[in-house]
Amino acid sequence: MTTAEADVVGPGGATPAEEDELPGGIAGLWQRAWLNLRTGNLGPFPIILGLIIVVVIFGLTATNFFTAVNFVNLITETAGTTMLAYGVVFVLLLGEIDLSIGYLAGIGALIVAELQLPGSAQQMNGILAMLIAVVVVALIGGLQGSIVAFVGVPSFVVTLGGFLIWQGVILNKLEQRGTIIIQDRWINYTDAYIFSHLGGWIIAFIVTLLYPLSIVYKSIVARGTKIAQQNLLVTALKTVGVAIAAFGTVAICNHGTIISTPEGLPLAGLIMIIFFVLLTFLAKWTTFGRHVYAVGGNAEAARRAGINVPRIRVIVFMISGATAGIGGIIFAAQVNSVALTFPPGNLLLNAIAAAVIGGVSLFGGRGEVRGALLGAILIGTLQNGLNTLNVSNGWIYIITGLVLLGAVTLDTFARRLQARSGR
Amino acid sequence: MSTTTPLLQLRGITKSFGSVQALSGVDFEVRSGEVMALVGDNGAGKSTLIKCIAGTHSADSGEILFEGREVHIHGPKDAARLGIEVVYQDLALCDNLDVVQNMYLGREANFFQILNEATMEQHTGETLKSLAVTTIRSVRQPVATLSGGQRQSVAVARAVMWNSKLVILDEPTAALGVAQTEQVLALVRRLGEQGLGVILISHNLHDVFETADRITVLRLGRNVDVFARRETTQQAVVEAITAGIPTRVAGIPPTAEVEA
Repeated sequence: MTTAEADVVGPGGATPAEEDELPGGIAGLWQRAWLNLRTGNLGPFPIILGLIIVVVIFGLTATNFFTAVNFVNLITETAGTTMLAYGVVFVLLLGEIDLSIGYLAGIGALIVAELQLPGSAQQMNGILAMLIAVVVVALIGGLQGSIVAFVGVPSFVVTLGGFLIWQGVILNKLEQRGTIIIQDRWINYTDAYIFSHLGGWIIAFIVTLLYPLSIVYKSIVARGTKIAQQNLLVTALKTVGVAIAAFGTVAICNHGTIISTPEGLPLAGLIMIIFFVLLTFLAKWTTFGRHVYAVGGNAEAARRAGINVPRIRVIVFMISGATAGIGGIIFAAQVNSVALTFPPGNLLLNAIAAAVIGGVSLFGGRGEVRGALLGAILIGTLQNGLNTLNVSNGWIYIITGLVLLGAVTLDTFARRLQARSGR
Repeated sequence: MSTTTPLLQLRGITKSFGSVQALSGVDFEVRSGEVMALVGDNGAGKSTLIKCIAGTHSADSGEILFEGREVHIHGPKDAARLGIEVVYQDLALCDNLDVVQNMYLGREANFFQILNEATMEQHTGETLKSLAVTTIRSVRQPVATLSGGQRQSVAVARAVMWNSKLVILDEPTAALGVAQTEQVLALVRRLGEQGLGVILISHNLHDVFETADRITVLRLGRNVDVFARRETTQQAVVEAITAGIPTRVAGIPPTAEVEA
């Protein structure tokens, strides 16, 4: 999907010394690409390449893979994991870990299901129910974060406790009740609402505009200074790339029909992109985001520079809780219910794997929100494709694990190259 | 050197930690435009004195005058407000952030919390230029890729950028090679030439004699002497550090083995 904001300069996106001497134009572009390759500055390209390979393989082998309906399914299946992975990025940027997000997603879904229960005393509008659920889960995240930030208990232990506690709460609630059916249409819309064809095109257009607009904004701010501007050709190429991804996605979605009902872009896909843009903005354009990177890079330096380190930690765990809650609601909407089997599959591990495959370091200070998006799409596509091939669950786990290993190994090699070339 | 009011003046500073007397009645001063070296053996009280100025510790008694007015420094923020910046030995830089991001760490230029990268990049370039730090090729380079001397330059430049009047450098050349040490010492001299007050803490008398205008020697938490660099020799300073007679408190034998 989109790779907008790729060039917001940040950790890992350094200007190499040699780059100053490169010529402009097409020739410079090739030399720049070669320089990046040689010095291990691969950015998101290995994962995009991996995605292309996966798509081609399944396109050739699985008969049901290359259908518009399956594409829409893929988006709705991936949206929940992507939301959790966004939160994982922020937690990993601090060098912390949050193991509770799988069951926090379950708590979010459970609260929504309880609050919409028809005929119950507390029944309320679905939108309000979702808001309350997300706020409650964010507060739980904040509470766990406070124990990490103020008491100093390692986040691994605190959130492992959370993992057990929230699993217990869900068990207690659902053991007698069994499954709670979700009937509220607003809640179910988070997964299944389908935009009209025109609506899809308009959304693709707006998404495409965001990247060039950010570049225009930057050049306006930098007016009168001698700051190097973004290469016009690079901007144009990236915009074209985003446009192809956005319009291509909508085109495929609009193409499908299920029993004569026309398909289109699902709301879950738009939610993925909205949070991608919002959280990228938060990470790369705001003082808060800068402080998150600083605390992850050197907490002592951040503290001496006057940054309120505990505050940053608590807010990050709140973000992690909130995105888990939103992801949980999307998962519940997918099956119109919350059952004892929630959260589905390996939700926690998939979310962490998505962020790590996307290049987010486990040791803090390095990584980007787009990594979570790309990683989640890669994992989602892989698992969806293997499903359409009727591969057993065992093999799906094994292959996902191998991809995770491969991605991290490649990243480690790239990092060594970067270190050797002094970047 | 002017004879006007010193930029910073400490009078009779005393500080103890439990039963350990770290500072007893220490006097100290720095003028604007001067590099004042603070030397002494381990346990002489250099670090404690600096921490009293930087606000990390507060003195038990004694007074601090800044630009002739008495001030009370209760925390690093008070010190920063007065224009006092400390460059610590371990630099306190974030390796994963670039030069601009480190220079503005904790004080990012922003408009309603939205970062103003252009302003920050521009000012960083100007500050480095004004200090003649020319070895850093791109201000968008992560600090992890810089040499020790370059990192020290970034840390010093960061301290200077905030209209500071007094910069305290704690062992700025401790981990550097010969060429990089020269680079940093030149930078220290330039700070003095630009009218800032500089306090240089160092174990290395070569560095001290390369840069300092005056040298304050502490021993066992007391003043020994203040030397003008042009009128003294390394020999005299070494003697003061190792066997100097602490002044101000009469009747203390010079060989007293007090671990401070």
